[in-house]
This record gives sequence, structure tokens and C-alpha cells, in this order.
Amino acid sequence: MSEREPIPSPEAFRDEVVKSYPGKVGKKRAKHILVNDPEVPAEIEANVRTIPGIISQRGCCYAGCKGVVMGPIKDMVHIVHGPIGCSYYAWLSRRNQAATGDGIANFIHYAFSTDMQEEDIVFGGEKKLAQACREAYALLKPTAIGLYSTCPVGLIGDDVHAVARQMKEELGINVFGFSCEGYKGVSQSAGHHIANNGLFKNVVGENDTPVDHPFSINLLGEYNIGGDAFEIERILELCGIHLVATFSGNVKYDDIAQSHNAKLNVVMCHRSINYMAEMMESKFGIPWFKVNFIGADSTAKSLRKIAEYFGNEDLTARVEAVIADELAKVVSVRADVASRLAGKTAMLFVGGSRAHHYQDLFSEVGMTSVAAGYEFAHRDDYEGRRVLPTIKVDADTRNIEELHITADDTRYSPRRTPEELAAAEKKGFNWRDYDGMMSQMKKGTLVIDDISHFEMEKLIATYKPDIFCSGVKDKYVVEKMGVPCKQLHSYDYGGPYAGFIGATNFYQEIDRMIGKRISKLISPPWKQQSA
Amino acid sequence: MSLPIAVPSSKRPAATNSCRVCAPLGSVLAFRGLRGCMPLIHGSQGCATYIRRYLISHFREPMDVGSTSFDESATIFGGQSNLAAAIKNMVRQYAPEVIGVCTTCLAETIGEDTEGILREITTEDPSLPPIIHVSTPSFKGCQYRGFHDTVAAILKVTAKAGTPMSHLNLLPGPVSPADLRHLRELVEAFGLPLLMLPDYSETLDGPSLASYAPIPEGGTALADVADAGRAIGTLQLGATLEPGPGASLQRDFGVPLVRASLPIGVRATDAVLASLAAFAATDAAGAAAAAIPAWLSAERGRLVDAYVDGHKYVSGRRVAVVGDPDLAVAVAGFCAEIGLIPVLVASGALTHRMAPALEALGLAPGAFEVMEDADYDSIQRRVIELKPDLVLGPSKAYPMARALGIPLVRIGFPVHDRIGAGRILHLGYRGTQRLFDEVANALLANQQDSSEMGYAYQ
Repeated sequence: MSEREPIPSPEAFRDEVVKSYPGKVGKKRAKHILVNDPEVPAEIEANVRTIPGIISQRGCCYAGCKGVVMGPIKDMVHIVHGPIGCSYYAWLSRRNQAATGDGIANFIHYAFSTDMQEEDIVFGGEKKLAQACREAYALLKPTAIGLYSTCPVGLIGDDVHAVARQMKEELGINVFGFSCEGYKGVSQSAGHHIANNGLFKNVVGENDTPVDHPFSINLLGEYNIGGDAFEIERILELCGIHLVATFSGNVKYDDIAQSHNAKLNVVMCHRSINYMAEMMESKFGIPWFKVNFIGADSTAKSLRKIAEYFGNEDLTARVEAVIADELAKVVSVRADVASRLAGKTAMLFVGGSRAHHYQDLFSEVGMTSVAAGYEFAHRDDYEGRRVLPTIKVDADTRNIEELHITADDTRYSPRRTPEELAAAEKKGFNWRDYDGMMSQMKKGTLVIDDISHFEMEKLIATYKPDIFCSGVKDKYVVEKMGVPCKQLHSYDYGGPYAGFIGATNFYQEIDRMIGKRISKLISPPWKQQSA
Repeated sequence: MSLPIAVPSSKRPAATNSCRVCAPLGSVLAFRGLRGCMPLIHGSQGCATYIRRYLISHFREPMDVGSTSFDESATIFGGQSNLAAAIKNMVRQYAPEVIGVCTTCLAETIGEDTEGILREITTEDPSLPPIIHVSTPSFKGCQYRGFHDTVAAILKVTAKAGTPMSHLNLLPGPVSPADLRHLRELVEAFGLPLLMLPDYSETLDGPSLASYAPIPEGGTALADVADAGRAIGTLQLGATLEPGPGASLQRDFGVPLVRASLPIGVRATDAVLASLAAFAATDAAGAAAAAIPAWLSAERGRLVDAYVDGHKYVSGRRVAVVGDPDLAVAVAGFCAEIGLIPVLVASGALTHRMAPALEALGLAPGAFEVMEDADYDSIQRRVIELKPDLVLGPSKAYPMARALGIPLVRIGFPVHDRIGAGRILHLGYRGTQRLFDEVANALLANQQDSSEMGYAYQ
């Protein structure tokens, strides 16, 4: 391990990987593997179907809809219409948390399924689904019920939306369905979009109670893995910023129903929720911009941008006071950790935002992200939203409904006039902004979309990063290779890593992982060659 | 409407907190016990991902599984080209010795002729490694069935007739890697050559390595499975299997089949060892080896001694057992043996065989409740009624145990809230010893923790 071969250039690595596939497959994969130039991000192939037999990290449409976006809404009941496995697999396996306590309905520990049997496949399962709604309602009296289609449902023609309408009428609560069959789209990304559409059509705007607060916001694309949303909630409260709804970590149905009355939308995970931000702006006039609460400096920057948006002196002063106070606690830990970690290398292959966001935490302790990529992101998440008009719409994307939203007749109320938006922009304030991952990564780093297991193994063997960030599916491969692996999906039971406390947690965690000496025991002394 | 009391999961409109998972998961697990095998799931990509992440969170080991990644056109027109491409790509990247193909609900719902497609693919390219197919629709069965159907499929296409050989076939069922290692030790203690199917004792509990092998070492070679038709006999573990995958070897090749409950407890282990001794004696050269080895007698002695010492802490306490049918039955049998009262034995799978199997192990009819095809919501309702002092089951039983304040001893699958699931030894005198200590200690700890005195001396 100590003797290293000369390190191949990223170009050489790319060529070697491409060559090891059958011809056509190699040609396809070549478009997903780029050597980065931040000045002129090259075009990357993303959000296209994974090649059969190439072992991918990707999940399915249902996973993105029920598992990611909808599942965390805590006072809803989510009924999965299909054979048993799909419900079981999405049963809190994402480790999204939700506060509980007296009078707070929290049903996220429940997993409901229609457990379809052969006769349901043959004769249809709509009656069973309707009965399931009645039964779940009797059991828990939820605020609302969501119905989620799995693969067989679309094929046998069960109409979850018709069942939803019927049950909404009968039970007197909101019931709505999602056609999120697993075969739709190319990854969980399709499911995010379908969930956004469903939430927008069926929930947002259902509760017109005004939000009586001068600084009210929604936080979009934060799912409270490992308690991240709790930390962000803590910070926003210290700042005097009122959080109406988080989409969808630690959130109640009614918060989302009322979210159209907030004054601003800020977006964490651009990939999974940008649709919602766009639609809410078109219909209700709520402006949005991107934030990042992963990283202490990033958190400070995001808070300052929110304060700038509101343009209130008291708020700005309070935000600055909070930042000063919180950063003071962070910097000593950071300096200590950086003294050991500066110059080390990280690789990140996860999600649709996390592979980008977590680079901020690594750079805060002086580490370099030498290779990164997303599991299910689109070109705009790599290259920035400026490429949106040039993204080709393929058959897989066309099959996902695109809602065309116009201004609400009575409730459209632009929080900023077009003139105000333009004036702010002129002064350097970016709206609807996301520059993507590639402009932030150094020249000569590797960017790999939808990395395969095979490529990942080669990447680690070739470059031996000091830490690799991924998910549980890769974790034990990486660790078998003697490289520490941090799970950025479930946090390995750790977290939070967002905000100020989260940053401190993360620095210490990475310090511990990179500093551990156990990997030195892998080769027994009797097998180690004498020098 | 009134709420159901213990309606079977599959009959219940809203199955609530499932106690079983899908069939291809069991299939993938079984395929991982073949040497050099890459499992390939035909249908939706998400299924492979979910199954991998679930097995990984239990075993904490790499779990590479391919998918044929159906798109919407494959969903409509069939996945023939996806399957061909997937096989080609997997061969190129991993050079597997064998590919195990199981199916998702999607492929099964569209009525895909996977068998026929595979025949075409292998005819077209004879250089491909052997490909074994098993149909695993989850609307017809769960992981338990997927596992055993896969073992049956491997035997069906691989086992051949031939001159008799001296080895024993062992079909262990879905037990832990530690169990598999111990079973090998037991069989070898009788001087019997062993063919165990599947054997994921190394592939799913392997060492840290300086150089990583994409397909882990270990597992039973397909070439050896071919000899299954020539064995001196088959020992099939699992009290509810009817008739189980070993039956085809008896029918097609005349290999004697001995069926036994999983060896958990003194009596159940005695029975399995007696079978092994009998097999060893049928082999002419092995007649002398048919005695129970001394180290096993010693382990038995220590176990019985522990029973005597610990009996007062467990006797008369009530337990609920949750798990795969064969494991739940065997563990309940062990509980009864040490004086615990199994008040509820529950499984998510449906076999119709658990009650008779429990009676065959000596449990008095009517003294216990059996729930098959159960979900945790129904189990919890019964547990509230039956008030056990202890639950033995997988991690999914934890929310119930926590809500009701009952200690949980983790067994079976999945155990994803503790480390070492692959190293849980359930079987043999040694596994029973570990289980007995853990059960007694869980009861002691609960008594101690809930006591006002909190004695540290018992």
C-alpha cells in the first residue's frame, strides 16, 4: 500500500475505463466521464437510462416519490399499492427523522401496503386499495392519505387516482394518488418530479390561513436525514426567520398546505424540488433562490442572502449576531481538524445535490474533492441552470408529466415586482440560481455521472482517496479496499451535518475516519513483505 | 369500521408493518452461495437497488447484483434485448462463473418468458457461463419461498446421475454465515465430505483484503452441485418444508432424503447429529466414524449444565417468537425445551405447516398460538393480549418491543440495528448455548433494570 505506482492522469483513467467495456457501452459511458475544467464546464451526459448489467447506485421512480419526497410528511398515511417488497424497502430506510411529542401526529414508523396477491394482479386491486384507505383511516385518523403505485399497478390498469377521489369523498380527508410506477423514467429523479406535481396539485394552497410573520420562508429539498432539518430549524429560529414548511423533512401536511403564503422559497436540493420552486413562483409569485446549509461558511452565506432578500436592518443585525456567535464555536474545532486533514483527498458519489454540497465541508478543513458525481442528477446540476434550454428531452423524460402553471386568479401576489427582481439582479443578487457542481470543482478533477460499481472500484484502486463518500450499497466495497467510506444518504447513524453544529460534527467525524489506524491491520504481519 | 384482529397480511387490505419481504431477495441470497455467481434481477432497476441495500444493511458486506433495467418500452414489448445486454455486460466486467437470474413483479406481470429468452441467448452464444433461472413473483410468495425455489432451480438444472459418491448433500436453508460455518464443522466431524447448497459463509462474511475481489471468494462450485445426484444422502433442514428442494434428488436420483428441524436446542441438535452419524455409518469406510465426536459431547455437556444453572431465570417466562417459518419453529422448540412458554410463534410467510411442525417438536397443541402470513401490526395486537416477557425476532420487531417495554433478543433476518448479523450463531449446541445465555441475560437485565434495588449480584 505504501509503494504507489505513478498516478495515471484523469484522461488516462477515463480511457482505460471506457476501453474495458464492450464497444457500444464504452462509447456511451465515455459521455458520462469528464475531466473537469471549471472555466468552461463541458457537456456531460446525465439523466439517461442505465445500461442493463451495469451495476448502478440508482433506484426507481417509486423510491423517489414515496421514499424521498412524500414519505417524510409525518401526519399523512402513505399506502403503497403493490406486492409487499416495495413498501417494506421504503419503510424508514432513508433515516429521515420527524419530531414527535404530545399532540403531534407522527406516523412515519408505519409502512402500509396492499400486499397484492396473484388474484389482485389478475382481477385488479382497486377495491382492496379503497378498503386499505378505510382501514388505515380507522387505525390512525391521519390528516391525509397518499397512494403510491408500484410496477404492476400501471400494467394491470388500476386507477389509483379514481380510488383517491372516491376515498376523499367518503372519508372527508384529502386523499391523492401518484402514478410513480418503478419503471417510469430512468431513476428516482422521475419520482421526485411526480411527487412535486402531486404535492403542488393536491396540497399546496389547500389552507389559505395567512402567515402572519414579516420573514416567512419555505425550505425546499431538505429531508431531515440524521436531524439536519432540526439544526436548520434551530438556526432559523435564532435568526427570527419563520419557517412555514420544509419540503419535506419534519413537516406536517398543513404546513405544506399553507406554504403558498410564505414570502420566499429557498432551495436546498435543487434536483429533487426545483420543479416546486418554479411552480410556486408562477402560480403565487414567490421568488426563490438556492441555498446550502451544508458547511459552516455556506450556512452563513445562505443566511446572509435570506437577510439581504428581506432587506430589514434588524433582521440583518440579528443574523450577523447569530453567525458570529455560532462560527466562534466552529472555528476552533475546524482549525484543529484542518491541521491534520489539510491536503487530503475526498471523492463523493451520491445523490443529486449532496455530492456537491459536501465539497464545501471538505474544503472548509482544507481537503480537495478530486472526483465526484451524482447518482440521478441532470445536466443542470452539473453544469448550472444556464444549460437548461439546451437539454435534450428524451422519451424517458417525456413520459413524466410537465405541469404548465399560470398565475392564480385570486392568490397570485408577486413578493417582488419584475423591476425589483431586475434591480436586485443588477446589484449581483441571483434569483433562480444554481451554477452546478462543475464550476466549483478544480481543473483536472474527475466528474462521473451514474458511476458504476466497476468504475468505482477502478477509481479507488487507482487514486486511493483518503475518504470516499457514498451510500450503503457501496460502503462495504470501499471499506474492503481499506478506504474509509462515509455514507451521505443515511450518515451511518450519525448526523446532523447541516448548519453550524452539523459542520462541527462532520469535521470531527471525518477526522476520526481518516485518522483511524485499523486499516493497517488488514495485512497480517506474517504476510507483510520485509523492506 | 372495526379494526381487524390478526387478519392474514395477504388478505388484509392494508398490510401494516410487514413481516416479510419479497421473493427475489431470497433468491439473490441463495445465489450468493454459489461460487463465482453474479445474481441478475430481470425487470425494474429499483428492485435490484432495494434488495442490495437491504441485504447489505444486514450482512454489512458488498452485494453486487445486476439489473436488466427495464424502460417503458421493455415494459410493453418485453425485456429480451435488456436481458441479452445485461448478461453480455456482466460477463465482460466481472467474468462470473455462473449467472443467477431471478425476476421482479414487473417481468412476471407482463408474462415475460424468461426461460425461453435465456434459451435463445445461450444457444446464440455458447461461450456464456451457465445461467440459472428462477421465477420469483412476489405476489405469490416472499423471501422464504424465493430462497428455496432458487435452491430447487439450481439442483434441477445442475444435479446429474452417476456412480455413487461418499459425500452428503446439506440444504441448510436461509441461516446465517456463522451457522453455515458451524454446520460444515459438524458434518466434517463425522468424516463426511460435504456438498452444502447454498454456502455464503465466506461470500457474505469475508475478510478485509489488501486487494479487492469484485466477486468474493467462497461458495459452492456449480461443478460440485452436479454431484448432488450421486450423494449418500441429503439432509434438509427446515421443519416446515413440504417437500422442499431435496425431494427432487430423491425422486430423480434416488438420493435418500432426511428432513430435520434446524438444530436449535439439545434435542433438535441430538437429532441432526444422529442423522449425520447414520449417514457416516452408511458409508462403509465411515462406519467407525459414526460415534459422536468427543468435543461435541463436551459442548452438549456444557449446554445442559448451563440449562441446569440458568433454568430458574427462564422457567415459566412467556415468549413470542417471530421469524422465517423454520427458524421461528426451531427457536420455539428450543424455548419449550428450557422451560420458557412460547405463547406466540409468528411468521410473515405462509406455509400452513408451522403448527404441525411445532407439535412434532413436542409443543402441546392449543398451548400456543401460531400466526402465519402475519404483519407486525397484527402480531403486536396479539402480543398485547398474550403479554410475553420476551420477544425473539429480527430488528423489525424492535418498535413493538420498545412500545410494549418487552426485551428483544435479535435473531434471523433482518438485523440491521446491530452489528454482526452474519455472525449470529443459532445452530448446534454452540449456537444454542449462545442463544440460551442471551435469552437468560435479557430476562435478568430486564428484571434488574426494572427493580428498585438494582442488585449487581444474582
